[in-house]
Amino acid sequence: MTDPAWINAALTSARPPALGALLRYFHDLDTAEEAFQDACLRALKTWPVNGPPRDPKAWLIMVGRNAALDGVRRRGKQNGLPPEETLSDLEDAEAALAERLDGSHYRDDILRLLFICCQPDLPDTQQIALALRIVCGLTVPQIAKAFLVGEAAMEQRITRAKARIAQANVPYEVPSAAERSERLAAVAAMVYLVFNAGYSAGSNPARGELCGEAIRLARLLLRLFQTEPEIMGLTALMLLQHARAAARFDAAGEIILLDDQDRALWDGKLIAEGLALIDKAMRSHRPGPYQVQAAIAALHARAARPQDTDWAGIDALYAALERMQPSPVVTLNRAVAVSKVRGPAEALAMIEPLAGRLGGYFHFFGAKGAFLLQLGRSKEAHAAFDQAIALAGTPAEAAYIRMNIDRLIRESGG
Amino acid sequence: MLYAILCYNDEDTVWSWSQEEDKAVMDRLAVVNERLTKAGKMGASLRLLPTTAATTLRKTQDPPLVIDGPFAETKEQLLGFYIIDVADLEDALGVARELAEANPGGAYEIRPIALFNPDARSPAPSTTHQ
Repeated sequence: MTDPAWINAALTSARPPALGALLRYFHDLDTAEEAFQDACLRALKTWPVNGPPRDPKAWLIMVGRNAALDGVRRRGKQNGLPPEETLSDLEDAEAALAERLDGSHYRDDILRLLFICCQPDLPDTQQIALALRIVCGLTVPQIAKAFLVGEAAMEQRITRAKARIAQANVPYEVPSAAERSERLAAVAAMVYLVFNAGYSAGSNPARGELCGEAIRLARLLLRLFQTEPEIMGLTALMLLQHARAAARFDAAGEIILLDDQDRALWDGKLIAEGLALIDKAMRSHRPGPYQVQAAIAALHARAARPQDTDWAGIDALYAALERMQPSPVVTLNRAVAVSKVRGPAEALAMIEPLAGRLGGYFHFFGAKGAFLLQLGRSKEAHAAFDQAIALAGTPAEAAYIRMNIDRLIRESGG
Repeated sequence: MLYAILCYNDEDTVWSWSQEEDKAVMDRLAVVNERLTKAGKMGASLRLLPTTAATTLRKTQDPPLVIDGPFAETKEQLLGFYIIDVADLEDALGVARELAEANPGGAYEIRPIALFNPDARSPAPSTTHQ
């Protein structure tokens, strides 16, 4: 109970609710963070001796709040509260506080904490860095490593983002139902940004951990909003995508496409949870983009072999997604399914009109090259692959396309 | 005497374990499990997915009401259970203490079993997605 691993896990999971509550008290992120930090240090000192409290969250809020108030008083040369080690029993105060904080309070506190990280005027990268620092509690060096930037640069990025949110005037009253659902949508988008930062990072393990953090945030949101089908969908989507992590790259860090992945390496536990959630979500008959994307991922996950994939179902789901969220990237993805169901000619015809809008998009030329290759138009395929390489965002992407080109050259005897 | 050992813990904490921490706990439990199996005390055991994956059927009305989420909102959640075959409560507590040493935190509820229908299927059901 008092071993360091358990205490660390307890502190990690208590962070969002405790920090969220402290933020509500102090209306200031820095003060709240310092208070929480203080409480954690005291927890590390006292829990191994006295045993962990009955409600770690409430303990941390209480001790953090006292520590911060103490600091304010000390600065004002007034008398502070006695340190919690000398308090004979925190239990009564703790229980009362826990009661007040249960349920809806925690929910709005955590939502607010997440919401301040996704102010619309903050660029994506800053939203992600803030969420990782503030909500997940990752250290600046950890985040810097994930984004392959220097610690000083990351520190500066986070400081700047915090200054922005300090001016943003986040409301501290209990949100209305409409505000709550707006916040939830913004927060869900931000959590998915965190996930994608990890997912698109190739085989960089520091960044791959972001996927795990995003899933933890999604599970947390789902605990707070258990009947929201889009939150179920988002969680399912990330679980199903992350389940393939061990199969997505080879030993050299190069991409392995879905069709070529060793499905035995897929994580069955994550898939089971993802499928359970998307099943549940779809019962509500309130579809949304996360649910549709999760349903697509579920069809891949359910196929024991690539040839068992229900491509017609995937085509239909992408068609639904195109209606909800029209975007050339969605159409491009749909074209891949179309190429499997109705052949590469139709798929190619489908993506040709996208050339203008996707002219700078790696995957557009990758897919175009693949369709042309299937149609035996190797010269044009080669040209498309060349363009893809020029646009590759990671070494793994470039290496994958180069492999295709090499195959083309070998087959043409050149 | 058959007992169920129901495992309760704070789900948020348990699902905050890193992969390594999770594996360390599971490895320690596997050792205890094997020892108890050899002693003829350990039966089936299982671990549940998070309560967020749960659906509840309320039977207090007709037709029953389907609700997203677990039956009860509690601070500690039911995360799994063991079936054990032991002489008496003292023995059952001994098993629970051994498990607790491998997996600290939370609580075990030791509950005598009134009726037990063994799984008649063979082989054991798959826990994977297929």
